[in-house]
Amino acid sequence: MPDIQSLYSEKVMDHFRNPRNVGEIENPDGTGHVGNPICGDIMELYIKVNGNIITDAKFKTFGCGAAIATSSMVTEMVIGKTIDEALEISNKTVAEALGGLPAAKMHCSVLAEDALRSAIDDYHSKQKKQSKTKAKAKKK
Amino acid sequence: MKRIYLDYAATTPTHPDVVEAMLPYFSDSFGNPSSIYSYGQEAKGAVEKAREQVAALIGARDDEVVFTSGGTEADNSAIQGVALADPERNHIITSATEHHAVIETCRFLERRGFKVTYLPVDKEGLINPDDVRNTITEKTCLVSIMHANNEIGTIQPIKELAVIARGAGVLIHTDAVQTAGQIPVNVDDLGVDLLSISAHKLYGPKGVGALYIRKGTKLVPFMHGGGQERNRRGSTENVPGIVGFGKATEIARNVIAGEIERQTQLRNHLISGILEQIDGVRLNGHPTNRLPNNVNVSVDYVEGESMLLNLDLENICASTGSACSSSSLEASHVLLALGLTHEQAHSSLRFTVGKWTTDEDIDRVSEVLPRVVARLRAMSPLLKSHK
Ligand code: FES
Repeated sequence: MPDIQSLYSEKVMDHFRNPRNVGEIENPDGTGHVGNPICGDIMELYIKVNGNIITDAKFKTFGCGAAIATSSMVTEMVIGKTIDEALEISNKTVAEALGGLPAAKMHCSVLAEDALRSAIDDYHSKQKKQSKTKAKAKKK
Repeated sequence: MKRIYLDYAATTPTHPDVVEAMLPYFSDSFGNPSSIYSYGQEAKGAVEKAREQVAALIGARDDEVVFTSGGTEADNSAIQGVALADPERNHIITSATEHHAVIETCRFLERRGFKVTYLPVDKEGLINPDDVRNTITEKTCLVSIMHANNEIGTIQPIKELAVIARGAGVLIHTDAVQTAGQIPVNVDDLGVDLLSISAHKLYGPKGVGALYIRKGTKLVPFMHGGGQERNRRGSTENVPGIVGFGKATEIARNVIAGEIERQTQLRNHLISGILEQIDGVRLNGHPTNRLPNNVNVSVDYVEGESMLLNLDLENICASTGSACSSSSLEASHVLLALGLTHEQAHSSLRFTVGKWTTDEDIDRVSEVLPRVVARLRAMSPLLKSHK
């Protein structure tokens, strides 16, 4: 194996060494739980949303250096964004923000994108439920 | 900070005495061993001396040793050479935990009409000799089982397998790349017909190895060319490499007894250090019937490559069977064959000690690893779901 540190950009190593926003959020507004079909890794992403703006994000990841770094990066990128803006983030933009990933590790950034999308989906479906129950409450 | 190299099973640094022995054969005695003038004869003499040295390490006769470009070529030429030698027999028996050089050669032959049986191993990595006995048919031409496994260090009962194979008139090959120079390897004691060795695993240079071919064994040559190596392997000899290989085997023979004892202690010290300090760790491979230098563990809830990276940041070099660090993105076939789950294979870490490993190195790993594991477990989504 080549020098594994030189395999990754400085930015990746920085996020790997000091990952931002590790952990879980209590009572999150959205949770994404995804597995990587390629190598079998797992990522969980939690978001807190206030008036359509993502105010907090946290992650937990079981995976390689690139998976941890992209998880960390994606949490940093979404905080402060609206849901629509967050949906524009793709695995490529995450990888770019990290100064690039080795080709063999691009699939790890897909994990981050998938986790984000699934957290937002979860947020949307929770919203729907809530508005339904609110609507019901009003009728009564 | 001192770099701590604990990946001797991947490759070893070339011994300084080996480098010194090789140097004259690059420029001063650069001749082609096939030439009759003195330059050529000097080189030829050096190659023959190395052949004696290599033969002595494994208890073979000089003319039973054929130099190759390494362990992979030795495995390829043994298996393909036997397979092609007898058109009547088209069945090969091997195991699920062999090195890729053996498994991929067998797959290659399967695609060309051969039948291959990949025997399972038990949870500690051992072959059941009865499985060999029960799968041999009159079509079987070869049994190829490694002497010790490169990932988990489990040592196979080759002697017993050889009695079974040869009793049935079947040739037996063993990949001894991980054992030659590390533990006693004697071709007569093991009873094998073919045996592969590699120089760079025993403090010799890369790019050179040998295949032991018991006298009388029918084998189709793998490399066709000028009649080098008694027509068994064409190609101008890698003289400096072969000289270095010879020297390395000579050194190995002198130090092996002491090194086995020393490395076994280091190994046991590291195993107990890890098991005592970190919970949720299992030792992979056989508890006692394993190479003196091999430690392989699975650390629950933590992925291997992320552990390697963290260890590398602390100047410790190790390896893993995790899918993330393999080019194929598949988890180690060896660990899966033991019955480990994908997550456990993913979470594996291998340390292999060697000549220059010290007690302090082991202490340092025992101090650093628990920290690394705690750090990564804190961000593992698996941990919570198991709580
Ligand atoms: S997460 Fe497995 S290779 Fe990156």
